[in-house]
Amino acid sequence: MQIKVLGPGCRKCHETEKIVKEAVAEAGSDATVEYITDIAEIARQGVFTTPAVVVDGTVKSVGKVPSKAEVKAWLGK
Amino acid sequence: MKYILVGVPLLAAWFVIYKSLAAFSKFFTYKLLGLPAGSHLAHSIEFFIYDTPKVLMLLTLVVFGVGIIRSFFTPDRTRRILTGKRESLGNILAALLGIVTPFCTCSAVPLFIGFVTAGIPLGVTFSFLISAPMVNEIAVVLLYGLFGWKVAGLYLGTGLLIAMIAGWTIGRFHMEGHLEEWVYQIQSGEAGYEEPEKSWADRIEYATDAVRDIVGRVWIYVVLGIAVGAAIHGYVPEGFMASIMGKDAWWSVPAAVLIGIPMYSNAAGIIPVVQALLGKGAALGTVLAFMMSVIALSLPEAIILRKVLKPTLIAAFFGVVGFGILIVGYLFNVLI
Repeated sequence: MQIKVLGPGCRKCHETEKIVKEAVAEAGSDATVEYITDIAEIARQGVFTTPAVVVDGTVKSVGKVPSKAEVKAWLGK
Repeated sequence: MKYILVGVPLLAAWFVIYKSLAAFSKFFTYKLLGLPAGSHLAHSIEFFIYDTPKVLMLLTLVVFGVGIIRSFFTPDRTRRILTGKRESLGNILAALLGIVTPFCTCSAVPLFIGFVTAGIPLGVTFSFLISAPMVNEIAVVLLYGLFGWKVAGLYLGTGLLIAMIAGWTIGRFHMEGHLEEWVYQIQSGEAGYEEPEKSWADRIEYATDAVRDIVGRVWIYVVLGIAVGAAIHGYVPEGFMASIMGKDAWWSVPAAVLIGIPMYSNAAGIIPVVQALLGKGAALGTVLAFMMSVIALSLPEAIILRKVLKPTLIAAFFGVVGFGILIVGYLFNVLI
């Protein structure tokens, strides 16, 4: 499973990255978490409010910091 | 239903406290501290004790209200509304939607790309980008709380007008060629994300989050701004600002705009200071121009936008908006 956190580096984006990483660790998932700051890459995902979280190519949340529970639900655990 | 049961008493309590702030600040300054009436220190303290809770309470209420409204508007929805609209109508809609669409400078670039690749004209996109940061609820609340509804209304109205007209003007320059080339190579939007329908519980959670986020971030600026304002209020002599920022100093309006660009303060920090200056003889137009320039034209935003806009287009953007602010400044100095 591949998770991408999209955000050009705002405060909320870093917070999102942290929460996603913690959720992955707590769930014992082997998902990889990638933090993407490249604007072109973000736009290519069809996302224009950051932070956004993409799981295996599907956009799961935009414009907000998701809760840990939400992230775990996406992990399927 | 249960939200109404909780909300109404909360609102009533809010109102009662709000109404008793003036009496409390007098009691605190003159009875509790026993300061002599009319002294500099007493003026400053009374001002500070009255204004700080007042502004923070207004801010909390309005950020919550705006949060509820914003939960109905996502940038994606705004984009859909604007797609396919004619230019003039598009400029008006874009400026208005700028008020209610959640926006942060850090998302300016992805949003810009999303708009442009959806075929929304450049000028309309700019109307949105000008209005979204400038006409924001924090500025309007502080202006209402510290200056009254007339100044708040003037700011709101002229801010919207600048966004509409400046965006339209930029559209007339036909500068589509001044975007970085890679923007046009992006095929965005197909990944399209459908936001799940929000329930009222979601909306209230969204608005509460907004309060926590915005008030949590901004309160320190409010307190600092009011403290500086309080010092000016108590210690700077009446009419002191008249020679520098008064009506007769014609050069003060362009100077205010220029000084405002590198200053990147949010509305929360700048407005209490500006209010105190106004009380000491600064002209309203000059003060409004300064405030708009600080809030709407910022160097960090220019740097972020540089990723998609070529320098000529950024210059046109700053030039047109700066010119609009200048006109507003002179207009108010002449009218009021």
